[in-house]
Amino acid sequence: MKLPVYLDYSATTPVDSRVAEKMIPFLTENFGNPASRSHSFGWVAEKAVEQAREEVAKLVNADPKEIVWTSGATESDNLAIKGAAHFYETKGRHLITLKTEHKAVLDTMRELESQGFEVTYLDPKPNGLLDLEAFKAALRPDTSLVSIMHVNNEIGVVQDIAAIGHICREKGVIFHVDAAQSTGKVEIDLEKMPVDLMSFSAHKTYGPKGIGALYVRRKPRIRLKAMMHGGGHERGLRSGTLATHQIVGMGEAFRIAREEMAEESKRIRVLRDKLLAGIENIEEVFVNGDLEQRVPHNLNASFNYVEGESLMMAIKDLAVSSGSACTSSSLEPSYVLRALGRSDELAHSSIRFSIGRYTTEADIDFAISLLKNAVQRLRDISPLWEMYKDGIDLDTVQWAAAAH
Amino acid sequence: MAYNDKVIDHYENPRNVGSFDKEEDGVGTGIVGAPACGDVMKLQIKINDEGIIEDAKFKTYGCGSAIASSSLVTEWVKGKTVEQALAIKNAEIAEALALPPVKIHCSVLAEDAIKAAVSDYQAKAGVTAEGYEVCKSAA
Repeated sequence: MKLPVYLDYSATTPVDSRVAEKMIPFLTENFGNPASRSHSFGWVAEKAVEQAREEVAKLVNADPKEIVWTSGATESDNLAIKGAAHFYETKGRHLITLKTEHKAVLDTMRELESQGFEVTYLDPKPNGLLDLEAFKAALRPDTSLVSIMHVNNEIGVVQDIAAIGHICREKGVIFHVDAAQSTGKVEIDLEKMPVDLMSFSAHKTYGPKGIGALYVRRKPRIRLKAMMHGGGHERGLRSGTLATHQIVGMGEAFRIAREEMAEESKRIRVLRDKLLAGIENIEEVFVNGDLEQRVPHNLNASFNYVEGESLMMAIKDLAVSSGSACTSSSLEPSYVLRALGRSDELAHSSIRFSIGRYTTEADIDFAISLLKNAVQRLRDISPLWEMYKDGIDLDTVQWAAAAH
Repeated sequence: MAYNDKVIDHYENPRNVGSFDKEEDGVGTGIVGAPACGDVMKLQIKINDEGIIEDAKFKTYGCGSAIASSSLVTEWVKGKTVEQALAIKNAEIAEALALPPVKIHCSVLAEDAIKAAVSDYQAKAGVTAEGYEVCKSAA
């Protein structure tokens, strides 16, 4: 067994060897600039780019003309939110999003706030899902854009994008969806879902890092103010020479996702449920986020009376996240879990397990046994566990916090 | 986060984990910190008739550095007098464990735990009716 065991697929995925194989010729042999219209080096590259564009479109049932290449989902989020907010500014300067969004969305919203836009950050329900009634109530005549992610990166819950989209359509509000965590995990049908803008990431779906895409609806046509200027690539929406090898990688990754998603999800669900059963056996363990409306790859749980950092140290043979990758370097508790209403302690002692294409049953068995031992060991030295076992209600204790 | 070897050692092999009966004579119990801060240390010392700390036990809810700090402290106070124990400074703990700046507060908490345990012991000894005069010097 290779250690550490990788259970952090929501942070990133290894590039599928089939994807890598397809990319490499475009580094040294077919290295042309896809915008070079006058010779075969360019034509070959352009053809590869357009084939990849078709694959991305196929996965989500969109028109290839609606796919814009970017450097990743973060850039797609920026382009969608800033681009639409600025283009439709005269309609209104009010935006709505959810507190559990990825920082790529939240920080972009904050930036727009500093530019004079008004943003409503909605609270999710304790299970992580958007409260549709609260959402309807938050819409105003001057609301121009709503951004709600499809699948949450920390707790894996799946929002009802179709329902949210219909509400937005009714009110004439533009709807952006960050789908970085959904491709290859759940069905996306943009012909059925009334979504105007959708962000995609390659490296969460066994493609390379540094490439993503933004879906921009053409019927009805959505307009954006571009962020990257210089050459007018991608219909003027995103200038910059296209990275053919990256694009080819993303196209191949999305093709594999489309063809293998159904089978893969079944297998992964079995593994995740095994892990869940193993954890539920442990006393005082709480699963974060709805279990039903959730991708089969994700499990996020809090282990009470055990401090998070010490727990991470105890399971260092597992590659997991406490909180999300982008917050794992800071000492703050996960803002997503706090938004669900979890206490600081439970938010601190949470672990996110995300399973993927190469996870085996042996990996899961190993994880369960490691966790059981680690949690027991730490509880044996925890005064809080001792107090809990003695029947003391910790909420009533007067803590003498040291003056630091 | 990369941990220092000494911290890892105390974390993997904590010394003196456990509890005394806090009602027992000669036992001082100090609980410092708070769950919301992510650090709670319980330090217990057992003091004999000569005023020497003959045994110590700890339990800690906290990160590796917090566990190491409190584990180290139980080793250090054993065999010391109450005054000597009170003289232990957090800087010494931090240095012994090579704690990085962001973890210095763990050593501060450990120093506070000693003081709290001694204070609890002295309060109990002061109240004991037949009290042998152990509380010789107010620290």
